[in-house]
Amino acid sequence: MATPVMDKAEAEAAASPYITVTFRIRRFNPELSEHAVWEDFPIEIDPKERVLDGLHKIKWDLDGTLTFRRSCAHGICGSDAMRINGKNRLACKTLIKDINPEKPITVEAIKGLTVLKDLVVDMEPFFQAYRDVMPFLVTKGNEPTRERLQSAEARERFDDTTKCILCAACTTSCPVFWNDGQYFGPAAIVNAHRFIFDSRDEAGEQRLEILNDKDGVWRCRTTFNCTDACPRGIEVTKAIQEVKRALITRRF
Amino acid sequence: MKIHKYDTVIVGAGGAGMRAAIEATKRSRTAVLTKLYPTRSHTGAAQGGMAAALANVEEDNWEWHTFDTVKGGDYLVDQDAAEILAKEAIDAVLDLEKMGLPFNRTPNGTIDQRRFGGHSRNHGEAPVRRSCYAADRTGHMILQTLYQNCVKEGVEFFNEFYVLDQLITEVDGVKMSAGVVAYELATGEIHVFQAKSVIYASGGTGKFFKVTSNAHTLTGDGQAACYRRGLPLEDMEFFQFHPTGIWRMGILLTEGARGEGGILRNKDGERFMEKYAPVMKDLASRDVVSRSIYTEIREGRGCGPEGDHVYLDLTHLPPEQLDAKLPDITEFARTYLGIEPYTDPIPIQPTAHYAMGGIPTNVEGEVLLDNTTVVPGLYAAGEVACVSVHGANRLGTNSLLDINVFGKRSGIAAAEYAVKSDYVDLPEDPASLVVDQVERLRNSTGSERVAEIRRELQETMDANVMVFRTEQTIKTAVEKIAELRERYRNVSIQDKGKRFNTDLLEAIELGNLLDLAEVMAVSALARKESRGGHYREDYPNRDDVNFMRHTMAYREVGDDGSETVRLDYKPVVQTRYQPMERKY
Repeated sequence: MATPVMDKAEAEAAASPYITVTFRIRRFNPELSEHAVWEDFPIEIDPKERVLDGLHKIKWDLDGTLTFRRSCAHGICGSDAMRINGKNRLACKTLIKDINPEKPITVEAIKGLTVLKDLVVDMEPFFQAYRDVMPFLVTKGNEPTRERLQSAEARERFDDTTKCILCAACTTSCPVFWNDGQYFGPAAIVNAHRFIFDSRDEAGEQRLEILNDKDGVWRCRTTFNCTDACPRGIEVTKAIQEVKRALITRRF
Repeated sequence: MKIHKYDTVIVGAGGAGMRAAIEATKRSRTAVLTKLYPTRSHTGAAQGGMAAALANVEEDNWEWHTFDTVKGGDYLVDQDAAEILAKEAIDAVLDLEKMGLPFNRTPNGTIDQRRFGGHSRNHGEAPVRRSCYAADRTGHMILQTLYQNCVKEGVEFFNEFYVLDQLITEVDGVKMSAGVVAYELATGEIHVFQAKSVIYASGGTGKFFKVTSNAHTLTGDGQAACYRRGLPLEDMEFFQFHPTGIWRMGILLTEGARGEGGILRNKDGERFMEKYAPVMKDLASRDVVSRSIYTEIREGRGCGPEGDHVYLDLTHLPPEQLDAKLPDITEFARTYLGIEPYTDPIPIQPTAHYAMGGIPTNVEGEVLLDNTTVVPGLYAAGEVACVSVHGANRLGTNSLLDINVFGKRSGIAAAEYAVKSDYVDLPEDPASLVVDQVERLRNSTGSERVAEIRRELQETMDANVMVFRTEQTIKTAVEKIAELRERYRNVSIQDKGKRFNTDLLEAIELGNLLDLAEVMAVSALARKESRGGHYREDYPNRDDVNFMRHTMAYREVGDDGSETVRLDYKPVVQTRYQPMERKY
């Protein structure tokens, strides 16, 4: 009876989906040291799993001090934007097999915002820029009893920029933002775009004036990093260009 | 320790919390405490829509919606609350549109509507188009719109503040809410918020299951804080298993996929829902569809080498329709499964999705101390609460509705109460329970690991109290949970620091999950019938004689410090609808 059992175990080992992957993580904890260091964690993982699964394996089974934000784990909440192999991505939307697990996978905090601990950054300046562009519908006159009417075409006009989850992957991939944190950054402009091109809104002029500021849209150098970084597939650079064009033509 | 004073404190910043905050901030000095940044809340993961009988695309009215809600909840719904839900749904949707929510539109420019499970024309005749939606991102749009309006109204947020205790002071023999105690993630500092009214809007408890659509952060913190202070939890045995989670991962694939024409198929390609629900078919209510899927799997008609899932087939729908109406879920299939939904069916299995039970409230959102007495100054709304509009099974699109209707109601009620009331004195040493809890965990040298206990909890819950339950499986779960609770006393953490100590918070969250899992299992054991999401194979029929009543679970602490769950029952409010056999 021993032989078949052995065969089964061997077969299972051969079919095991697990591979060994090294996570190389940028660690920083000012309670312990003012210097950040790289730390390697070799783990066993199915390459079809997410980078977030790998981070959890490390935190739950190896080192509970590893610190990162996460919540929904499927690309909707925007908590876990980080720099993975040098590119901004959501850890929960990046599968191990898609980022060359043969080599160590580097994971570090997104750039341009102050690192507070490991992969956690200070999000406050990011949300401040968002709040500064009046990210809400402004209308004048009496409210209708029923809904405001909007054609399907008018609704489609700003569809792309409604998808934003405020993860900051775009803003923290932008070289202008890295060099000068005063720049509103792509995410704030995307959220201004969402209202400027909404047929129901009546504050487009005000938002455009805000973005006409020296730290506004004109700082954009069209490097397309933001578009590449967006986990929602928003054409961020295009949206910024549309805002620039609206500023020149005052038509939107 | 810092002490803050506000008229109204709201715990949680998902849909219910922010909808309440918009009302409360206009009327009273309000603080919102949230363990996540508001836009991270799990309302954003809701997909399919929000029900309201707008009748924009076909005949409909709120009375039909009320009936569907009561029937969907297998008659355990409080019918006065369901009537409010359905009636106020129309304004709730129109409010959101006026706040800027970009709904999909009809050719006339009005809000478009689509079909959803359990929603019917004229008391079950045929499916009706009642769900107002924005592609398959309705929750995302609601969360963003509410946050945008919180920015507009200047709502004051305390982000990454974990509320760990509810303060109750007895005044002239009346238990009153005095405030809450919170832990600040960034610094490890403990804050006491004295408040005239407190609203819990902290969401569900799904993380005690392994295969779940819930976020990692849905750990029942609000329910646990109230329960530990002697407040009851209502109907905790009723948990919804959404039929279509991504196989093994549990990620939600909206019922809107079936509303758009998607079909469930077994390994033979058979549209098996025709056997179980001849009229509504794939759009029967969720408990019915989830049981049907597992019946197919158990009888050997599941798909894949292990026969452990079925298919959601969208391949007959035009790619343009999928792109326009279901862009996110088709992307999930591509990202996580490497499957192209234009041409291939998607492997799915039921996924733990929604807690019908929670903190009992009346229709103003006031929290109940027992079957009738309210706790002055204490409110709850959304998934954390049990009004009860969902009864034994919630209809799809009624949760986004619930958070808006009862979020708004509780925000108004709490703020109005606050402005006409005085502060209640804080208990002596108000932060002591939280300080002790945090210090004990930080200093523990025990050998148990948080991740291991959580894993075992999730495995036992999936194995024993999921879609099918029996006396034996539930008892197994009760015993296992007791063992895990014992081991939890010996748990230790590795991160001993103050700054962003998520290791510590995960340990605290696990404690909450263990308490709530126990309540759920004990409540389920006592309910010897099958109703809605609670299906007992040993009692397969609904028993209206003995169990047409809500479960009320209380924590009892013995003289020796031992903790038990005491069960009581509360009558169901019935107005127009007498219980009938439930067929779809």
